[in-house]
Amino acid sequence: MIENPRAEAALRQLKFRDPEIARRLVRTIERVTHEIGRSPVSVMHVCGSHEQAISKFGLRATFPKDLNVIMGPGCPVCITDMPEVDEGVALARQGCVVASYGDMLRVRGTALSLNDAQAEGASVEVVYSATQAVELARAMPDREVVFFATGFETTAVATAAIVRGNLPKNFSILSAHKYIPPAMEIVAEMPETRVEGFLAAGHAATITGWGIFEPFVERHRIPVVVAGFEPLDILAGLARLVELVRDGEPAVVNMFPRCVTREGNLRAQEELWSVFRPIGGRWRGIAHVPNGNLRLRDEWAHVDARRRFTIDLAALWDGVPPALAADCVCGDIMSGISAPTDCKLFGKECVPDAPVGACMVSSEGACRIWHQYGGHPNLEAL
Amino acid sequence: MCLGVPGRVVSVREGFAEVDFWGVRREVCLDIVDEPVAPGDYILNHVGFAIRRIPAEDIEQTLALYETLLEEAADGGDLMAADVRSEISATGKK
Amino acid sequence: MSTLAVEARERITLRHGSGGRAMRALIEDVFLQSVEANASPRDVGPEAMDDGAALWIGDRWIVVTTDSHVVHPVFFPGGDIGRLSICGTVNDLAMMGATEVLGLTCGVILEEGFLREDLERIQASMAEACREAGARIVTGDTKVMGRGEIDGIVLNTAGVAATGRVVRDRGLSVGDRIIVTGAVGDHGLAILAARHALKLEGDLVSDVAPINGLVRAALAAGGDGLVAMKDPTRGGLSSALHEMAQKSGVGIVLEEAAVPVHESVRAAADLLGIDPLHVANEGKAVIGVRADAADAVLAALRAHPLGREAAVVARCIAERPGNVILDTGFGKRLLAEPEGELLPRIC
Repeated sequence: MIENPRAEAALRQLKFRDPEIARRLVRTIERVTHEIGRSPVSVMHVCGSHEQAISKFGLRATFPKDLNVIMGPGCPVCITDMPEVDEGVALARQGCVVASYGDMLRVRGTALSLNDAQAEGASVEVVYSATQAVELARAMPDREVVFFATGFETTAVATAAIVRGNLPKNFSILSAHKYIPPAMEIVAEMPETRVEGFLAAGHAATITGWGIFEPFVERHRIPVVVAGFEPLDILAGLARLVELVRDGEPAVVNMFPRCVTREGNLRAQEELWSVFRPIGGRWRGIAHVPNGNLRLRDEWAHVDARRRFTIDLAALWDGVPPALAADCVCGDIMSGISAPTDCKLFGKECVPDAPVGACMVSSEGACRIWHQYGGHPNLEAL
Repeated sequence: MCLGVPGRVVSVREGFAEVDFWGVRREVCLDIVDEPVAPGDYILNHVGFAIRRIPAEDIEQTLALYETLLEEAADGGDLMAADVRSEISATGKK
Repeated sequence: MSTLAVEARERITLRHGSGGRAMRALIEDVFLQSVEANASPRDVGPEAMDDGAALWIGDRWIVVTTDSHVVHPVFFPGGDIGRLSICGTVNDLAMMGATEVLGLTCGVILEEGFLREDLERIQASMAEACREAGARIVTGDTKVMGRGEIDGIVLNTAGVAATGRVVRDRGLSVGDRIIVTGAVGDHGLAILAARHALKLEGDLVSDVAPINGLVRAALAAGGDGLVAMKDPTRGGLSSALHEMAQKSGVGIVLEEAAVPVHESVRAAADLLGIDPLHVANEGKAVIGVRADAADAVLAALRAHPLGREAAVVARCIAERPGNVILDTGFGKRLLAEPEGELLPRIC
């Protein structure tokens, strides 16, 4: 029986949001950053939900100005490459019912988004869960239903679970799932990278375990802290990370023990890798990421939309594949090497309504924020 | 990347749990969680699937973990709780 | 740019109907192009894009507003398209300061095959809403279109009222306070959960209600100290505040902890990754008041059954005009304007 009333309150909703503890953690971050003595100290998180949480709780305003918390390539929707979005759009235009998570609906591929296709009369349905997509297929047996499966490994396990279940014949999967650890390698290997530490995604680590970061830390000699998503989780994670940077200690530290263990969820991992295999692919505007994309294994060819259908992309491209991506410097922006204004496409060919690279797709992307507000606004005095 | 939301299990049937999210309830699939789940347990939900059973004892441990980051003194490493330290100094140096 | 991309930009999309920047741009670029000048300098016309129009006639304004309703599902927890159509128009009139409705019109377009029983249910709901508002439908129109030519039912209502004082949405000044008349997010989340079959069990019920009586009480208590009003429909509290800030030329600091949100709405919003501040409300008002009138207006609102949860949630500042700054309790950030239809997210 837990006696501590504060623990009980936290327990009741598992929401670690005590503003007083938050303030004290911020002071720790300030003190340790100051002790490091360099400016700026750059650390990177690789999770869209971390950025969403940082934004939602206004945590950026609390970070010391010498600490640069960079949003890395962690938003799976934003880094879904334009040709991949095109595949979903093409299938919708070819007459399939495309079921998709809400995030993906408004993201433009080379020319159109799923929303645009819907406006033209294509059937696009928003689902909250992969199981809903299957139910949709059962409810309309005379239509081909394609589940446009986006998201990182955390979401891929849900897709894997339904693949291994009973699927109706008119159901198939277009996998645009991504795998995050290879992207961390890319960033760590960039020659001019300024990143001195990583905040790893807590929910992905719930599946994969924190052990997978040990070889990474060995190789690159950069600390990794696994953090959760409540305000205190993020602040405590950052506090621990800057401590490791200060002490020059390349280690993996788990600051999310209530959800993350060293081995992770073995059952989910087994399902994941029995259904998917990693292949290399381009992450929107960033780079070719070896093993960064998850595709259905051959055993599952019968539910693979890419093998069931001939996807007509040429119709979307006027016959010519897109070339804009060549000028996009999102990779450099994310690693802290360039600013949005250094990009020749910024504000011209690349705008929130017609984004080229990932940094403009996300509502929290560096380029989007710069475009809307002219930079990270200082609101302290207000 | 992963909107994971904690909830408390109300009831369990054939591979699904009815979960209370402190205001709404929803059915959550148990196909990928790696431990058996019982009413009263806490789970982490992502897109309608439980990806983790959150042990209740870890909650208090988490708060304690955060405390260690607050109590570190200027000499870098003293983990004694602030109230204990002040108690010691209050007794004076004898 | 590819031909398809050009074509896409030449088409109307769902975003144009969702109350955000895209819709306002469409109205400005298309509908306001051929608008004539106002008959009187006191008139509030279409270029103002306020909740209604106000035409100065004799010694008072005649306030007119119109609204079309295409909500799906047609029947939802807490109401239906009928109730929504009456309340929407009554509330728009009230937002201009006109709380005594002279009459409402009702145009119905039905799809062939629509169930008569459903139509009767909708009509009964409209009658009930009229009773609550002290309003009546004085004229209407009925059309039927072929199966598949329209989706179920479309309702248009227009309303007319008279008032000696028009309240605008641009009347805020530095130092003013902003009150919201109750909990936010109820309507939009109830609709979203129902529309996408999200299978959420809980108290997600639309707040759709006529608030002209509530506003009447606030106006009586606040007098000239009540300076601006807007109802936070599509785009939620965020959209309403952004518009008021932009039109008034002030910045707004919104205190997140002060905004009332029902537990079920908070939980559903968390689960779906949606911000309650972006969610539509159909029984609430955002009221700008001079600082010294805040207490009186708040008390009057709380004394009314529809205003029990009213709260002061924001203040107006000189800095960053047009922006809404959210004080989260941990730090401050700029609140973004919601864009497009509300959708659950996974990321």
